[in-house]
Amino acid sequence: MLKAVILIGGPQKDTPKPLFPIAGLPLIQHHIKACVKLVECKEILIIGSYTINHMAQFVSDMQKEYQIIIRYLQEFTPLGTAGCLYHFRDQIRAGNTSSFFLLNGDVCADFPLQELWIFHEKRGPNALITIMGTEATRQQSVHYGCMAIEPTSKAVTHYVEKPNSYVSTLISCGVYVCSVHVFNIMAKVFEEKDNCYYSTNGVSSPQPGYMSWEQDILAPLAGTTKLYAMQVTNWWSQVKTPGSAIYANRHYLELYRKRDAQNAPTANCKIIPDVYIHPTAEIDSSAVIGPNVSIGAGVKIMAGVRIKESIILSNARIHDHALIMHSIVGQDATVGEWSRVEGTPSDPDPNKPFAKMDNTPLFNVDGRLNPSITILGSLCNVVSLIDELRNEGFRRRTRVTNTAHGSIKKVEVGNGRATSLVDLRKKGSRRAIMNWTLQHGATSL
Amino acid sequence: MCGTDKKLGEMRALILVGGYGTRLRPLTLSRPKPLVEFANKPILLHQIEALVEAGVTQVILAVSYRAEEMEKELTEQVSKLGVSLTFSHETEPLGTAGPLALARDILNASTEPFFVLNSDVICDFPFKELARYHSSHGKEGTIVVTKVEEPSKYGVVVYNENGQIQNFVEKPQEFISNKINAGMYILNPSVLKRIELRPTSIEKEVFPFMAKDGELHAMELQGFWMDVGQPKDFLTGMCMYLNSLRQKNSALLHDGNEVVGNVLIDSSAKIGKGCRIGPNVTIGPDVTIEDGACIKRSTILRGACVRQHAWLEGCIVGWRSVVGRWVRMENCTVLGEDVIVKDELYINGGQVLPHKSIAASVPEPQIIM
Repeated sequence: MLKAVILIGGPQKDTPKPLFPIAGLPLIQHHIKACVKLVECKEILIIGSYTINHMAQFVSDMQKEYQIIIRYLQEFTPLGTAGCLYHFRDQIRAGNTSSFFLLNGDVCADFPLQELWIFHEKRGPNALITIMGTEATRQQSVHYGCMAIEPTSKAVTHYVEKPNSYVSTLISCGVYVCSVHVFNIMAKVFEEKDNCYYSTNGVSSPQPGYMSWEQDILAPLAGTTKLYAMQVTNWWSQVKTPGSAIYANRHYLELYRKRDAQNAPTANCKIIPDVYIHPTAEIDSSAVIGPNVSIGAGVKIMAGVRIKESIILSNARIHDHALIMHSIVGQDATVGEWSRVEGTPSDPDPNKPFAKMDNTPLFNVDGRLNPSITILGSLCNVVSLIDELRNEGFRRRTRVTNTAHGSIKKVEVGNGRATSLVDLRKKGSRRAIMNWTLQHGATSL
Repeated sequence: MCGTDKKLGEMRALILVGGYGTRLRPLTLSRPKPLVEFANKPILLHQIEALVEAGVTQVILAVSYRAEEMEKELTEQVSKLGVSLTFSHETEPLGTAGPLALARDILNASTEPFFVLNSDVICDFPFKELARYHSSHGKEGTIVVTKVEEPSKYGVVVYNENGQIQNFVEKPQEFISNKINAGMYILNPSVLKRIELRPTSIEKEVFPFMAKDGELHAMELQGFWMDVGQPKDFLTGMCMYLNSLRQKNSALLHDGNEVVGNVLIDSSAKIGKGCRIGPNVTIGPDVTIEDGACIKRSTILRGACVRQHAWLEGCIVGWRSVVGRWVRMENCTVLGEDVIVKDELYINGGQVLPHKSIAASVPEPQIIM
């Protein structure tokens, strides 16, 4: 019997990143879709430190939709990627599991799980883990787990996480098949670390039971013929920055259209594929939507609106003649008439083979914001000039007056829930970009 | 009183058309500056009409650039007004005083005073009052002065309570006066004796000496005044002009659902549904504004097209240019003649040369060649 484990980590802010909608589905639903394709896979375990009420609705929806056992296991102490697996080892082993898939929640891909499992089986009983690997550029490889393999057996001979200097262009995708015997190795590591923790009065390790999957398990297993890597050329990307959400959106939309022959949305406005529109969204017939747009539930789009390369979250309202491009518009946000909300696209360099998203930090070395897609937080209100006076009495905690690409005349931020906005005003210019990252906490303005 | 009016009827005026109009590029690459339409009428025609209104019968245009085109077009336009146009051609730029010496024979043909004006000035032209005031004090010349907020940027005029000018001070650091030369004068033909036929400046080489001799007076201008020689001031001047039309209760201003504030729309222009035009917009003949466009503080010249859902503020759109759908243009963007701006672009302070097609956003002010 097979199982799948999805590691989603913990909350950095109120909106759980694993549930951020991409191509109309929560980020990790794409993982689940890939897992349920394998009939041998009988259970999906989601492990993270989000509270159960953040995840309960999603888990029950998924159970209903895919008719498979899905459970959320909440970790209460940060034990690291391997520590939490080991902590829940009995849950994973229950039901006589032979192997399990391990998927990082913050990646998106055309997951080749069937191929990965067949590959793993062929390595023989000695194989504990097979890593899904992909090619990266020399420069970008050092931001990932880098590995060297023996060309015929595909055994991993060396593994190092985020090296300081170039090691190999073959990187780990954060997607694995593991035999349950991996828990025997983990038990040994656990014991060693435990002894070490108590013999050094707790200074050698952050927590008793803390284990890193990459550093404590993968790296020592390299060169032992127990660790293998299958190199794939399928589309794959991390989802670390908001810019990568737009990139992932494009690829998932394309993937589902091509592979699953997913129907184009039925809307009476002009659509430039690929576009996802939730059935409950209302769109005026004079709007023009696409390419690469996802529109969430209950969104209202008025006359003459143009949207491209963007994600519009649920219940947002986009008023007449507005233009939105390279942006994410948050839940319940409002964009006023004739507003222009424009971000800077941050796709991987198309001229470099195997280039990945550059996960640039929010700020550059000069302390200025790096150009990025534009994000309007939830309940954010981009007011058109005409509405300015009418909204003076708007309930607010934070208010920003600025221009984004000269276009956002005023931004009003609601009660601050799930909202963080950073104002970028380039020196001496009228251009500013509203930015917000999935990882950073609320920035007070 | 009767005699004064008769005198006015014989008056002449010299307009300093002069140079290449480089400050109003890229518009002046297609048309000489005096012919660029300000509020749907060539700049020069505003002045000629006001002069005719004040009884001027002969207008001398001191020109040095593209004279043929201008002669043809202006002669046509002016024939209805019952005024004779004389072109005085400079073979080299003669500054602001030299052209008077060049036209000496025409100006000396009568002993009556004559008007002189810079061609970039837009205001409520006070020519009748100027002639009246000039004859009342009996000196050689009168300068129209206007009040400015920041006199330290200009040369200011200092005069006594009788209006007699004492001196001129260039860019005063300490406040001394807030009145500047408005570029309109009335002079007796005797002033011509003070001017040589060479490139020379009336402001620096003629007026200070007249002031020294006590022969120069100042008359304060009422109402708005603007030198519309560059795009930013062109738009500011347009706002002032439209506001002045409103105060005069002019029927020229447009009313309607899609219009906000002072808006001038030529009757041949087409305005689509759901637009918001104004405040302070001029739309020229044969212009098409498609559905859902929003235009503020801008001039759209003849034959141009603003496509659906575009948003414009502080722009001059040149003749026959096309602004694409969902385009946003602002911050003193000037499109030359026959420019195409593709859909969904953002232009911030772009100065776009004629016949250019723009396919990428211009986020920072620049000249696009």
